[in-house]
Amino acid sequence: MEALLPYIINGVSAGGQYALIAIGYTLVYGILRLINFAHGDVFMVAGLVMVYTTSSMPLYVSIPIVLICTVVLGFAIERVAYKPLRSAPRMSLMISAIGVSYLIQNLAFYITGGLPKPVLNPIPWVSETITILGATTKRVTLVTPVLTILLVFVLVYFIKNTKIGMGMRAASRDFETARLMGVKINTVISFTFIVGSFLAAVGSILYFTNYPSVAITSGSLPGLRAFIAAVFGGIGSIPGAVVGAFIIGLCEEMIKGLGYSTFSDAFTFALLIIVLCVKPTGLFGEKVTDKV
Amino acid sequence: MSDIILSVKDLQVNYGGIEAVKGISFDVPAGQIVTLIGANGAGKSTTLKSVVGLVKPKSGSITFNGEELVGKETTSIVSKGITLVPEGRRVFADLTVLENIKIGAYLRKDDLKDDIAWVYDLFPRLKEREWQLAGTLSGGEQQMLAVARALMSRPKVIMMDEPSLGLAPLIVKGIFDIIKEINKQGVTVLLIEQNANMALKIADYAYVLETGRITLSGTGAELLSNDEVKKAYLGK
Repeated sequence: MEALLPYIINGVSAGGQYALIAIGYTLVYGILRLINFAHGDVFMVAGLVMVYTTSSMPLYVSIPIVLICTVVLGFAIERVAYKPLRSAPRMSLMISAIGVSYLIQNLAFYITGGLPKPVLNPIPWVSETITILGATTKRVTLVTPVLTILLVFVLVYFIKNTKIGMGMRAASRDFETARLMGVKINTVISFTFIVGSFLAAVGSILYFTNYPSVAITSGSLPGLRAFIAAVFGGIGSIPGAVVGAFIIGLCEEMIKGLGYSTFSDAFTFALLIIVLCVKPTGLFGEKVTDKV
Repeated sequence: MSDIILSVKDLQVNYGGIEAVKGISFDVPAGQIVTLIGANGAGKSTTLKSVVGLVKPKSGSITFNGEELVGKETTSIVSKGITLVPEGRRVFADLTVLENIKIGAYLRKDDLKDDIAWVYDLFPRLKEREWQLAGTLSGGEQQMLAVARALMSRPKVIMMDEPSLGLAPLIVKGIFDIIKEINKQGVTVLLIEQNANMALKIADYAYVLETGRITLSGTGAELLSNDEVKKAYLGK
């Protein structure tokens, strides 16, 4: 147990990062019934922007720039690649998402020259070493889960108690009737992408400060893990995505702690297969009722 | 004759690859109850959806107080004072009853207290169930909620698509009493029904729609005693 403690702490932290990405998947799925394959790449872009901006600007300028750029990217993706396909079959939307994913990776390749960009201690405060219960770790491992939980609470409160939150919940169930009520569907969808991208940007900052470099494919694996977390928790459900993310983060790190590092990803993907076979709706998922 | 508040002229709509509405015209005078009756697939729902902009007509014109509605966004049409209680009620199942009522007033920015009190007065049952999720209500209660939700936008014209569908006769009678009450309070009603008997009894004026065309029209009482209508829709 003593030896596993650092892994548990790391697992909670990884879980927080996955949760911040997973919420983006689950929100977008909830409203568009679309797996936004470009989400992991949005996460990667946030990391790249952080590397570029923190090296030349003070933090109070660079961090807002990272957040704003990521939000603008998420918003633009929806407007350019998904909005024109609003009445198209869902499959077209998915293909468009895959296209966007490759497009972003290739643009990033063009800009970075294909080399991984080293992350040079962008936010010194969170990278300082601290001791929790006798285990030494970086401060970011403590900051991540706390910030994640805080943001989740704000988000859930917002969706429950504001007008646009009510519009989101209505639209996620029934577009046509929501429009009849006067809900502006396009605004609600844009808003969903903005929230998802914002959280991914926060997750990206926390993830990459603890990581040696950002490569153009850096978003794929965390993106996939977060996606699995969202499916495991029940896609469309915010608490589901968060719980799923923490469980996956913890399990992966524990497996590493037990000396089976090679299998940590295998575990996650096996989990996806099992969930899809046994309980496709996930832990907290709604029953699948196709929109009429 | 009172003023025409809603007027449909030569409306043609293709829906799902078929010609659902083949050039119909009708008028809805302000303050009255007008009904369109007809069998399944006659084009009734499509007509109402065209009015609120959920379906784009192929040709024709729909005017509200003289203002053209074709081509306008649903949001802007609803904000002018037309609302639709959709077929199958379509309440938001995982919102509470109160939230469903509030979302009906999504476009309004003023105080809703009086209007909430008003719809609770019309449907006391909903007040008892204020905090329940709408999905847990019975069919009749959901229909009441759908009507209450529509009223929250303070419409001048309320359109109802098959409000009696799937409800017990006693509940249907209650719903129709409410429709009359709403109308008495000054809201114009455009009702479409398969339950022709009930609809014609409360209607000031009625149109019969058959496979995309209007085949008959007259006051509710006239159509009730019309032989063709009796045979085709009243089962007599």
